[in-house]
Amino acid sequence: MTDLSVSVSSNAHLASQQPLPEAPAKVTVRNLNFYYGEHHALKNINLMLGTNRVTAFIGPSGCGKSTLLRIFNRMYDLYPGQRVTGQLMLDQTNILDPKLDLNLLRARVGMVFQKPTPFPMTIYENIAFGIRLYEKISKSEMDDRVEKALRGGALWNEVKDKLNASGLSLSGGQQQRLCIARTVAVRPEVILFDEPCSALDPISTAKVEELIQELSENYTIAIVTHNMQQAARVSDKTAFMYLGELIEFDDTSKIFTSPSDRRTQDYITGRFG
Amino acid sequence: MNPIYARRRRKDIVVRGLCIGAAAFGVTWLALILLTLLYNGIAGLNLELFVADTPPPGSTEGGLRNAIVGSLIMTIIGVGIGAPLGLFAGTYLAEYGRNDKLTSVIRFINDILLSAPSIIIGLFIYGAVVVPMRGFSAIAGSLALAVIVIPVVLRTTEDMLLLVPNALREAASALGLPRSLVIKRIAYRAARSGLITGVLLATARVAGETAPLLFTALSNQFFSLGLNKTMANLPVTINNFVQSPYAYWKQLAWSGALLITLTVLALNIGARILGAERTAK
Repeated sequence: MTDLSVSVSSNAHLASQQPLPEAPAKVTVRNLNFYYGEHHALKNINLMLGTNRVTAFIGPSGCGKSTLLRIFNRMYDLYPGQRVTGQLMLDQTNILDPKLDLNLLRARVGMVFQKPTPFPMTIYENIAFGIRLYEKISKSEMDDRVEKALRGGALWNEVKDKLNASGLSLSGGQQQRLCIARTVAVRPEVILFDEPCSALDPISTAKVEELIQELSENYTIAIVTHNMQQAARVSDKTAFMYLGELIEFDDTSKIFTSPSDRRTQDYITGRFG
Repeated sequence: MNPIYARRRRKDIVVRGLCIGAAAFGVTWLALILLTLLYNGIAGLNLELFVADTPPPGSTEGGLRNAIVGSLIMTIIGVGIGAPLGLFAGTYLAEYGRNDKLTSVIRFINDILLSAPSIIIGLFIYGAVVVPMRGFSAIAGSLALAVIVIPVVLRTTEDMLLLVPNALREAASALGLPRSLVIKRIAYRAARSGLITGVLLATARVAGETAPLLFTALSNQFFSLGLNKTMANLPVTINNFVQSPYAYWKQLAWSGALLITLTVLALNIGARILGAERTAK
């Protein structure tokens, strides 16, 4: 346990921080199994994402955390040979319903990826593009929405004078915040972050983390991360996954100070993974 | 000096010398061809070349207007038909059918078509269009060019779309874009300059094709815009004039050859510039 206290010393605030009260479930996962062809990648997962809470998924590479995230918006549907069983609800909607309109689902469940993926168009268009898919609004309303989204992505002050520059001209950290703004612009209910900072420098990472905390006031957030400090800093709940199983799911402060499972403790103290 | 290192140095010098020699050998011939064309063709490169039609035998007046216009028309129609087909087919291979068995079959057949001698394509159109229509025609020539354009554009389209990172498609899908829009608005835009480059290269390729026109559009001594009649064109005119005994015809052939070469060169340089823009982004 001495190790443990050292490794979480940078998160000292956690010890004093009271967990937020339990929030009603936004996304509920029951007995979820996932297969890549023959490979059983996720085994009987049960958990829920609290409304307007940040849930972090940690675990060694290949443990299935990204796979789980990509089920929440049915991203896996883009590729053949992948199969899922069990139950997955977004409020009253069955996400796994084969008849579900995936485009409408993805408008409700946004996603930000590991590598920034600005579209090959202007900064303004990167935002307006997504909005136009669902709404027909006037130019001035669109200007407002774009500004709001860029403010939401904590990017407005940096790009307000060059909205017509290519999205690709921004720095990596700015590109990632553009992608977050783009996701926020279509007003989703849930935002999935798949290792959003792994390609960013520390300052950009701090900005994105701050942003995630702000966004959690209005959105339900799930974040996959390899960085345990990051999970400790931004999340309310943490799920530790290992070899396709959910080992432990609890308040972040509890996971990082007194985990119940031996494997969780080994992982967060850096004994493996 | 360490003997092992010294041996490696000697080997390096020999191999590097061979590489430079081989490159120089190839480039020399290309330079010679260009210089000869320029030397022989430049004299005939005047206004008359563009405003006067091909002269009758023995005449020392006339230009290549009918052949230039005919080449332009057939190239434009050929690319106009072939490029969209190639783009659509390439899109199918790279986007919709990426994991299909059909895709590898189509790709294989396309590769054969890509390397098929163009005279075979000329003969095919002769059998498929000229014979049933009972006559040579500009439209048959255009179709033969289109058949050459399709595999070139298909191949570049597929390659360029495969270069678009999948993360971009996923990001677009994650916003709720249907597949068709992911392709149209995101993948095409990301690959745009590559796709245009492919069409330009295909245009350059067919602009100088002789064999497929020989059995289809034939040629025409006079100016004609009728698509169902024979049509003059630069490559076949050059072919005919070069074999003639008349000095003036030979001069026109040189100038025509120079004209085609410069056009092809311009198209290739244009494609290069577009390609450079692509990588600079």
